[in-house]
Amino acid sequence: MSRKPEPVQVIKQRRDGALKALVGRIPYAQFLGIHFDRRGDELTGIMPFKEDLIGNPVLPALHGGAIAAFLEMTAITELSWSMLWADIEHGEISPEDFPRLPKTIDFTVDYLRSGLPRDAYARARVNRSGRRYASVHVEAWQDNRTKLFAQATGHFLMPSKD
Amino acid sequence: MNEQKTKLTRQFMEALPHGKALDMQVAGVGDGWAELTMDYDERFIGDPETGVIHGGAISALMDTCCGAAVMSHPQLATITATIDLRIDYMRSATPHQRILCRAECYHVTRSVAFVRATAYDEDMENPVATATAAFTASANDPRDPERLKNVGDTVKGTVL
Repeated sequence: MSRKPEPVQVIKQRRDGALKALVGRIPYAQFLGIHFDRRGDELTGIMPFKEDLIGNPVLPALHGGAIAAFLEMTAITELSWSMLWADIEHGEISPEDFPRLPKTIDFTVDYLRSGLPRDAYARARVNRSGRRYASVHVEAWQDNRTKLFAQATGHFLMPSKD
Repeated sequence: MNEQKTKLTRQFMEALPHGKALDMQVAGVGDGWAELTMDYDERFIGDPETGVIHGGAISALMDTCCGAAVMSHPQLATITATIDLRIDYMRSATPHQRILCRAECYHVTRSVAFVRATAYDEDMENPVATATAAFTASANDPRDPERLKNVGDTVKGTVL
């Protein structure tokens, strides 16, 4: 006895709606032009190039601060997303009931090569997520997935569940 | 104090497109130190429920401020890049308050500059965040002022 699977459009709509609600409400994501691409539960952060993101006009290269913000945004989004995934799947949560976002405790960015004036991509992995603390690693690249231009590790305080 | 160096640092900082986008202001520059400020702006909010600005905006200010401290160091070239930046967030910045960051380049070797920085809102007793960073470094090159003279022009698009 198995239930009939849900139509694919219904699933996609629910997942994309949840993602949009999660990221769409963060003004700083809009300010930097960051959005997320979703494949199943896998998220890829995208920061399209724009002149505003330049830090070194002589090279030119992306600003280290913009890169740090992009990585931190990707880490927080992945962490929230993985925390909400089960509830979203079971249709048990609506965007109005989303818990508060995790708070950054510390964030360490490793700048591997200068960011070129073109689009950047990032994916995060939650290495540990407990009731109170989480550790997240994030990698960013531009043209080649294997040639990272920055990576980061951050620790986060989880929102209390009540 | 190396006046040409600090003037150059100030000019460079004020020409950065991302610094301009965040409306960062140079509050002070000296030999191996810098102070930058950033006003509260609703576009920088990271938590819509509290109006607290995103950690990334603080990171951008701190990274820029650390870079400025390296650039203004009398022994170093005015060109640098971040190798590593660690930020510890002690508390949320109070909404509607200006952020001030002070960075100090406390040690330099032939190839690395070590920097620490602290960010405050209006409560100067309780820092919002601290940072430690390593930047690339090379010896001061007398040709730098020539090379950087046209930074303003490159920003306008001649190089980009």
